[in-house]
Amino acid sequence: MKLRDLAHSRTGDKGDISNISVIAYDRRNYAALKAWITPERVKQHFTGIVRGEVVRYEIETLGALNFVMQQALGGGVTRSLALDAHGKCLASALLDMEMPDGVVVR
Amino acid sequence: MKTIRIGSGAGYSGDRIEPAVELVEKGDIAYLCYECLAERTIAIGQQAKLANPKAGYDALLEARMRSVLRQAKEKGIRIVTNMGAANPEAAAAEVAEIARDMGIGSLVVAAVRGADVRAALLARAVPLPEAGRPAATQEGVLVSATPYLGVAPIVEALAAGADVVVTGRVADPALFLAPLVHEFGWKMDDWEKLGVGTAVGHLLECAGQVTGGYFADPGVKDVADLARLGFPIAEVSEDGGFVITKVAGSGGRVTTATCSEQILYEIHDPTSYFTPDVVADFSKIVFQEEDVDRVRVTGVSGRARPDTLKVSVGYKDGFIGEGQISYAGTNAVARGRLALAIVEERLKLTGVKTSELRFDLIGVDAIHGAVLAQGRAEPSEVRIRVTGRTDTMAEAVRVGNEVETLYTNGPAGGGGAWKSARPVVAMLSALIDRDVVVPAVDYIEV
Repeated sequence: MKLRDLAHSRTGDKGDISNISVIAYDRRNYAALKAWITPERVKQHFTGIVRGEVVRYEIETLGALNFVMQQALGGGVTRSLALDAHGKCLASALLDMEMPDGVVVR
Repeated sequence: MKTIRIGSGAGYSGDRIEPAVELVEKGDIAYLCYECLAERTIAIGQQAKLANPKAGYDALLEARMRSVLRQAKEKGIRIVTNMGAANPEAAAAEVAEIARDMGIGSLVVAAVRGADVRAALLARAVPLPEAGRPAATQEGVLVSATPYLGVAPIVEALAAGADVVVTGRVADPALFLAPLVHEFGWKMDDWEKLGVGTAVGHLLECAGQVTGGYFADPGVKDVADLARLGFPIAEVSEDGGFVITKVAGSGGRVTTATCSEQILYEIHDPTSYFTPDVVADFSKIVFQEEDVDRVRVTGVSGRARPDTLKVSVGYKDGFIGEGQISYAGTNAVARGRLALAIVEERLKLTGVKTSELRFDLIGVDAIHGAVLAQGRAEPSEVRIRVTGRTDTMAEAVRVGNEVETLYTNGPAGGGGAWKSARPVVAMLSALIDRDVVVPAVDYIEV
């Protein structure tokens, strides 16, 4: 099972910082998302892309997590050499993360 | 209780034109706000203004104004926009000229004068938090330093009776918060109300991104009729209660899910969204669907505004050269990789000086990189892309040339070559004391 089966997501950019929301479709799976989608796993997932720190914020009322990733955009949209200079496609990459079986309500 | 409906006319400079017309015709709105400024728009506009004192504002200003001005005036809908970019005074003059040309009379156009704090930045040696960039604050390199203004000058213009308010750089939510402060007389230290108004602005500022745009994933998150996507309306009450909705029958949808994605868009710590007017707190926000395409928003608060203003600093950052060419059919990926290796060697052999180089296979690893691309099936076609950062335009041109010459010197079957070379104006941000910036408003009466 992939994260995309449980959550939806959107990426935003400010300078060289990317933020990715992860929002549970079903609030009953929020605890499982909190337990599994840690800043460490997100940083690991984005090896070679995110060079700085990853911080996670929890928005309980939305069943959402917000990951703020430093040095993630090749210097930022105004100077990056990347095809997706905003890093808009990073949310799709995060949603491809594998989730362990048996932790979620379906 | 008094309630105001505010429509969002554009979420970025190049956005669709007709959704705003639909809002004016059918949205029952009192204000139409257009957010059209990207990070570096002002820096680029500043350079255009140096070449021509009447330039430096948004290229779609005329098209947008011609599409709504007559009906907006007839219905008493007031327009607030940051399309003034680097030259709000010239943009306001253009709006007045359009009104005269269309035979629209008794129109007041206000220009919130653009502020540039380059001199203060240089004099005070303001530190740049994202340092390590090449001499960003040296004279000759520094192109613009534009503070993000708050609602004050917009509220002043609305109080003076302006039908259209044109600004340069203001905080995006301020375009939407200002009409609320003006209409409801919210105090500028009523942090909770200002927080609520900032949430209204943040949800509306990207227009279609809260009504189902940038959301669809076929079979997973379906959205009907994106070709006729309706732009959002906020229905706000004097006590700070509000609903996000759209014109009935327009494309898209407004749900707790679309609102959740947008409230977190470009947000870091949700307890502390910094603006010039308030530090808004979205961390306990609640969305409830009270009807189809009507989402009620509660749980927003705010704290005292910061003592400093954010400044967007534009500087010359060299040049970027780029080239692309495609390969297709069996073994396309291998031919693409060979092509990249050839270009890499050619750039070395011919001594093209670059401070950064990037080699991508579009269709394989250009977006998510080599690590995430591992184990994926091979595509039937690829496009190679080489980009390089250089100190001179001449060297940037040579990067694209080395890709284009693959036509006759590279692997078999390369097609559709394309190249470009461009100067780069990059952006940094800094903080500056509030008292350095004194906003001013000019008026033109038609």
